[in-house]
Amino acid sequence: MSSYQPQSTAQAPVKEAAINSAPPATAGWSLSTRAISVLTLVTLLAAWWVVTAFEWIEPLFLPPPSAVLEKGWLLMTKGYMDSTLWQHLGASLQRIGLALGFAIVTAIPVGIAIGHNRIARGIFDPLIEFYRPIPPLAYLPLIVIWCGIGEFSKVLLIYLAIFAPIAIATANGVRTVDAAKLRAAQSLGATRWQLIRHVILPSALPDILTGVRIGLGVGWSTLVAAELIAATSGLGFMVQSAAQFLVTDVVVLGILVIAMIAFAMEMGLRALQRKLVPWHGQSH
Amino acid sequence: MALLQLERISAQYPGAAEPVLSNISVTLGPQQLLVALGPSGSGKTSLLNLIAGFVEPSAGRITLDNVPVKGPSAERGVVFQDDVLLPWQDVLANVGFGLELAGIPREQREKKAREMLALVDLAGFENRRVWELSGGQKQRVGLARALAADPRVLLMDEPFGALDAFTREQMQELLLQVWKRSAKPVFLITHDIEEAVFLATDLILLAPNPGRVVERLQLDFGQRYGAGESARAIKSDPRFIETREHVLARVFSQRQALQEQRA
Repeated sequence: MSSYQPQSTAQAPVKEAAINSAPPATAGWSLSTRAISVLTLVTLLAAWWVVTAFEWIEPLFLPPPSAVLEKGWLLMTKGYMDSTLWQHLGASLQRIGLALGFAIVTAIPVGIAIGHNRIARGIFDPLIEFYRPIPPLAYLPLIVIWCGIGEFSKVLLIYLAIFAPIAIATANGVRTVDAAKLRAAQSLGATRWQLIRHVILPSALPDILTGVRIGLGVGWSTLVAAELIAATSGLGFMVQSAAQFLVTDVVVLGILVIAMIAFAMEMGLRALQRKLVPWHGQSH
Repeated sequence: MALLQLERISAQYPGAAEPVLSNISVTLGPQQLLVALGPSGSGKTSLLNLIAGFVEPSAGRITLDNVPVKGPSAERGVVFQDDVLLPWQDVLANVGFGLELAGIPREQREKKAREMLALVDLAGFENRRVWELSGGQKQRVGLARALAADPRVLLMDEPFGALDAFTREQMQELLLQVWKRSAKPVFLITHDIEEAVFLATDLILLAPNPGRVVERLQLDFGQRYGAGESARAIKSDPRFIETREHVLARVFSQRQALQEQRA
């Protein structure tokens, strides 16, 4: 018994670590995936700090984290290009919010129609597949020529980017609805509309939400392109105009804010997905 | 008086050389539990789908109360083999789903749903999520859901086929209790001979290529269970075993005839 004593005390910390990370510790010590991700980010930030603190890189190319933070404070209080950081952020969020709202109310019905109806599929499928792979920057000039340089063109550009993923995901969700569930509802007396409302739409909801997630990601990355059109505010505009004057700290700050918003939206939607479709992935 | 009537029904899939069902005539009356027994390929699922209205016969007539059957309808309730409950609703809402479709107010349909859950021994499960239930519990919810919509006849598509042997035994007994209490005529299809013999008041034996009725039996084992005899006592009764073996022999002789025909 006593001969085992040292060994077991040596293993004690390993066991504690195993409680925190999901899989049991197999060799030496283990880290959760999340911890590895956090560690990667911390390392990246430290490297940024080191290379700038020792002035291995000119601040023009990469300003130190402290300068970016300072600029961030300045932007929040005083602003850049006549607008504070909050106003830029607000303008961008408003554009993507409007585009997302319109996309949801139009793309979901279109997706249901594609998935449900042969004629609708014949009409919409080629249209969506035709424009979807085109980079938004390529058709941006056409939108400006047709719709001018106002707010409408910016929202339209983002809208088009969001529309396709939602419509395609919805159609896919509708097509893969369990046929037995439809039959069951029919033999309980469901009409065509009741089938859509009570069976098809909820069945397709996990796919629809995935479509919204993808759409929002694509839409957010289209934002910078949209704000190339004669914008006077917005995160994309802020980065663009700062780049023209080589204000690198504002550029870096803008990129960071854009990234953080995208991350927050993704996390928010994942949480929404867990809340709205808790049955998804459950064996049933 | 027959409630449901199938007159010389044939069914054929488009493009298929041989019909899946040929010249089938069956009736189902108010006090009956009609079981269609047959091996795979004998067209028993097609038969149920025809009655449910999911597919149309290529010849013949199906009537319910002398009215021709057209498309699926709430008067012909169906219990499926697989779980077809709606996972986004809790158990109570699933049972009340048919009533919700019919526009019945929430309070009324929840009252009815509770009654039906009690009937299938699931009182207390009202607010459970569907995916938390076992296979047998899901089938009971499916049964309660079909009954809550108050159909004229209840169609059951191998309802216990996906369950383990122990659960299946319990479910057979539960079905007999529910059948007796709800007084609904039941049409059930299965490939389990013992199940068929135990449950049926009327048994039709189907043979494949093309699907047709080769034997009709009137049985009383289910009624004996309803009168208080235990299920095991009935199933080990020599008369039960004799009937079971007789039916089994018929299935095998049909199969043999088919093989000789092919050879």
